[in-house]
Amino acid sequence: MKHTISVLVENKPGVLARVAGLFSARGYNIASLAVSETLDPDISYMTIVVEAEDEKILEQIKKQLNKLIDILTVTDFTKKEHVDRELVLVKINYSAKDKARLEGLLDKYVAKIVKHNAEKNIAIVEGLGKQDEIKQLLEGLKPFGIKELVKTGRIAMGVD
Amino acid sequence: MTGAQILIECLKREGVEVMFGYPGGQVLPIFDKLYDSDIKFILTRHEQAAAHAADGYARATGKTGVCLATSGPGATNLTTGIATAYMDSIPLVAITGQVKTFLIGNDAFQEADVTGITRPITKHNYLVKDIKDLARTVREAFHIASTGRPGPVLIDIPSDIQMQDTEFIWPEVIELKGYKPTAFGHPGQIKKAVKLITDAKKPIIYAGGGVITSGASRELRELAEKIQTPVTMTLMGLGGFPGRHPFSLGMLGMHGTAYANHAVMEADLIIAVGARFDDRVTGRLDAFAKHAKIIHIDIDPSSISKNVKVDIPIVGDAKNILGQLLEEINKVPDTADWLKIVDSWKKKYPLAYKDKGKIKPQYVIEQIYEATQGDAIITTEVGQNQMWAAQWYKYSLPRTFISSGGLGTMGFGFPAAMGVKLGYPERIVFDIAGDGSIQMNIQELATCICNKINVKVAILNNGYLGMVRQWQELFYKRRYSQVCITSPDFVKLAESYGATGILITRKEEVRPAIDKALATDNVVFMDFRIEPEENVFPMVPAGEAINRMIEGLA
Repeated sequence: MKHTISVLVENKPGVLARVAGLFSARGYNIASLAVSETLDPDISYMTIVVEAEDEKILEQIKKQLNKLIDILTVTDFTKKEHVDRELVLVKINYSAKDKARLEGLLDKYVAKIVKHNAEKNIAIVEGLGKQDEIKQLLEGLKPFGIKELVKTGRIAMGVD
Repeated sequence: MTGAQILIECLKREGVEVMFGYPGGQVLPIFDKLYDSDIKFILTRHEQAAAHAADGYARATGKTGVCLATSGPGATNLTTGIATAYMDSIPLVAITGQVKTFLIGNDAFQEADVTGITRPITKHNYLVKDIKDLARTVREAFHIASTGRPGPVLIDIPSDIQMQDTEFIWPEVIELKGYKPTAFGHPGQIKKAVKLITDAKKPIIYAGGGVITSGASRELRELAEKIQTPVTMTLMGLGGFPGRHPFSLGMLGMHGTAYANHAVMEADLIIAVGARFDDRVTGRLDAFAKHAKIIHIDIDPSSISKNVKVDIPIVGDAKNILGQLLEEINKVPDTADWLKIVDSWKKKYPLAYKDKGKIKPQYVIEQIYEATQGDAIITTEVGQNQMWAAQWYKYSLPRTFISSGGLGTMGFGFPAAMGVKLGYPERIVFDIAGDGSIQMNIQELATCICNKINVKVAILNNGYLGMVRQWQELFYKRRYSQVCITSPDFVKLAESYGATGILITRKEEVRPAIDKALATDNVVFMDFRIEPEENVFPMVPAGEAINRMIEGLA
């Protein structure tokens, strides 16, 4: 099962390697990882989506993260009200005759055409949403022919 | 002050009296300043030995051990020693030179990504890229290494940083936002634990290295006597409770005593203190101590419920928590019947060996125990020698049994003994070794001789890598694959370094040889030619429940 965890870390060299190394050394799986600076440039925010078979492994992951000296806080969103988002860029086959069909699809999502290469009959679509919305959007785009796709890791924020 | 001067000034302020290491190109500025320093420097013959010696010093004295090596191969040679200290939670600060900051990443001569290499085997590590960070880094390193669950911390210092100049500012306070070890147990958890203890009929205390680290031996003994509960120890916990105490069950686990293992399996309450339910202790997990509730006292939250599900976790320092428990316990459980049962197991399944044929290693260790009146500090290598030393020497005080538990590092005992002896020059220090292990760091004979570090080495020489041979005998149809090992003439070898060598081939010669070694003011190598195929028993086969032992004598 996938769990979303956020960690505040000191923005020091090697901190990402410490987190990544901890996961690989102990055999835990990272589904996605997103890192960015916070308002305080000395502190970074990581959102980590982990795969943990059971509660025991999730507990160990949190405890092991907490042990790292550079980690300030660990928050588990599994049972916590939170907002999470992912962003996707999709390159599809597209020509002007498909306009109505594509816009009809994109209107159902937070999605838009961000680039259209008319010469090569290609468009890049940007989509934003929760994981299942992104998944549905991609299903909808499939009939156009997906040439390439890239997703960010999930980012999450607690509501309290 | 230059970076090198700042480093040495910081080491002095941290109370460092002795350090171990080896010079090289990227630590020349540090060695130049060491030339003028009062810190005693022990030049080993291999960096690995420097790390083990610093580790041995730390285990024996409780202070933080310090080792120093150059970049690249100097640093990589330290890694086995660092990993050894990491697995056993030993406070160690390892300092390495690094190529100049502008060369880092350039595949420069003797460059290695040492912070990268040591990240998984250190509690924390640093690469100092700005001289202004140096003093604070050293201060933090010692703090992190020695507090909470201790461990090794590495500081990688590029040689240009060692040479740069800056104003020396000693940071009075340490500010680590992400590091605040818990000192005392939660009062609510203490209350719950007291209730379980009071209601127990068949309690047992399972004590690990945390008892020794936190200096909780006195409290442990008081608790055991107050609640009339037997105590078993892990390899790392030996000495944490007096081995000759009527409540002592000795070591548990794979090569533990049968009575300790039976007691754990039958107990209705396990009080784990500073121990981590290692696989060598628990054996088959789903069969482990099925009837027992478990109270787990540990300073490291990640040790709790990692392997075995715990009923009452108490996070904090063992000494403090045992003190809290002692204060709160008013009613003592009735364990008279339980103690009788445990005693009957002690009588029924004593540690034993057949004393016939060639010299028995168990006999050698018994004789070392008697000759030293139990007052020596024993270090061990790894394998059969280690298990026999754990079983047959009775440790009455903490920090007198020094052994690589978690990592199981062959070649540890001899350099560790040097570190112990430097911490306690007046004490008798014995390395109980095998003929295989001793050859892994035998070059340290030169270090011992040069510095008059008069340790005694008892080589239990069976011509085999004995523990591997034992497994091949028992589980691989006696197909002895690459375990027959030849050795030099240890007497001549010792003598060529200026040490004293004694060959012992008969039982009658054992005690006189030990007495002679103790009376000799020199490093002594004793070559005991023991029964080649003697096994360590009892033994729990890997993956079995710990009460399913192979007895050997049964």
